[in-house]
Amino acid sequence: MMSLYSPGETALHRLPAGTKLLGLVLAGTSLFFVADIVVLSGALILVCGAYLVANMTVKTLFAQLRPILWIVLILFVAQAFINGWQAGLVVVLRLMNLILLAALITLTTRVSEMTDTLEWAIQPLGWVGVDPRKISLVISMAIRFIPLISQITAEVREAQRARGIEKSIVALAIPVVIRTLKMADDIADAMEARGFDADPR
Amino acid sequence: MIELQDVTHRFGDLTVLKGVTLELSERRIGVIGSNGSGKSTFARLLNGLQIPTSGHVLVDGQNTRHQARAIRRKVGFVFQNPENQIVFPIVEEDLAFGMKNLKLDQSVISQRIDAVLERYDLTAFKQHPAHLLSGGQKQLLAISGVLVMDPKYIVFDEPTTLLDLRNKRRISQAIAELSQSVVMVTHDLDLLGDFDRVIVFHDGRVAADDVPRVAINRYKALLCP
Ligand SMILES: Nc1ncnc2c1ncn2[C@@H]1O[C@H](COP(=O)(O)OP(=O)(O)OP(=O)(O)O)[C@@H](O)[C@H]1O
Ligand SMILES: [Mg+2]
Repeated sequence: MMSLYSPGETALHRLPAGTKLLGLVLAGTSLFFVADIVVLSGALILVCGAYLVANMTVKTLFAQLRPILWIVLILFVAQAFINGWQAGLVVVLRLMNLILLAALITLTTRVSEMTDTLEWAIQPLGWVGVDPRKISLVISMAIRFIPLISQITAEVREAQRARGIEKSIVALAIPVVIRTLKMADDIADAMEARGFDADPR
Repeated sequence: MIELQDVTHRFGDLTVLKGVTLELSERRIGVIGSNGSGKSTFARLLNGLQIPTSGHVLVDGQNTRHQARAIRRKVGFVFQNPENQIVFPIVEEDLAFGMKNLKLDQSVISQRIDAVLERYDLTAFKQHPAHLLSGGQKQLLAISGVLVMDPKYIVFDEPTTLLDLRNKRRISQAIAELSQSVVMVTHDLDLLGDFDRVIVFHDGRVAADDVPRVAINRYKALLCP
């Protein structure tokens, strides 16, 4: 579902997170000013090459595209009907370039590096009362606890099936929310016990 | 030394601890008692996660009521469920969390991370997503996350309850090897054999406080009179 950091020692792994994110912003913006199929295809080949440089397998590369496959197809068909197949191809190439680049950065950058950079980038928001440290922590924790919440959901669903309750969103949501809140309580305790200060003075 | 002076703790109308006075100075102290007897509440009082309704908890003379922050650095806490103690997605990042809260230097942080991973045979998992570790490895990671902060005391609240037999042994061995003073709440009486002292809670009071064999017998008698 989501690409996560895949450890390695390649040049792309070592590149500072800030540089990579800046590169993504620049590349993403420029992609929208390019409408040339040859240039966009060239860019796509370069991006695929970057996967090899980062020591990723072809399988990993395709795994990044799988979730957007249907969207890409629908976009292509719609665009092709309205504006011709060239326009359809341009849209699809742009999207694939962007997704693959963003995924490559996720794959080669640790969450902590990413959030440290983010923390630094949103420092100016400190003036309007936003705590950059908290925002970056929230993002790391969201990534950490996604697998746990999906596990809780699976457990609850299983327990309900065992009691003969089939698909009911309400019956599923209530225990999942309650267990998640209990978990959040425990996590807050554990963070406090490890010296985390929600409001340092 | 950790001291409790006439500690009473209430949740609303429910009085969970009733005037408990204790001096905890042994290296290995076990805490047992039936469900709801106040063990977890007692444990949470020791590092200021909970402040008593009345009475005082002193850690090396510092009062949790006034110096909870300083005391948390001295008293580490390991919970029952390791899942809820691992805050960051990658093993190395999680180990760094507590030390960053202590504002330690990056060089010290990396050095302690390597040392603790080596100690628990987890070096290969340094860059691993924490959610892919086994249950025992997760609990070792949770203990490691506390150890790298270099606490003087470590409180454990049922650290082996969710583990299988093999991991139970592994964790109890890890606890036995600690140089820190340990207070451990558990339902696992086997773990307490070589402890220095075992305290039995019953209905919010200390029902027994003795060497393991005597305290455990008293506990069994309380359960099945
Ligand atoms: N935050 C809270 N709010 C209200 N009541 C609570 C709270 N925490 C604990 N209690 C109640 O206090 C009593 C003692 O709880 P405690 O968790 O200390 O028991 P315990 O000895 O650890 O039990 P167990 O063996 O089940 O872990 C229980 O009746 C419990 O329901
Ligand atoms: Mg308990």
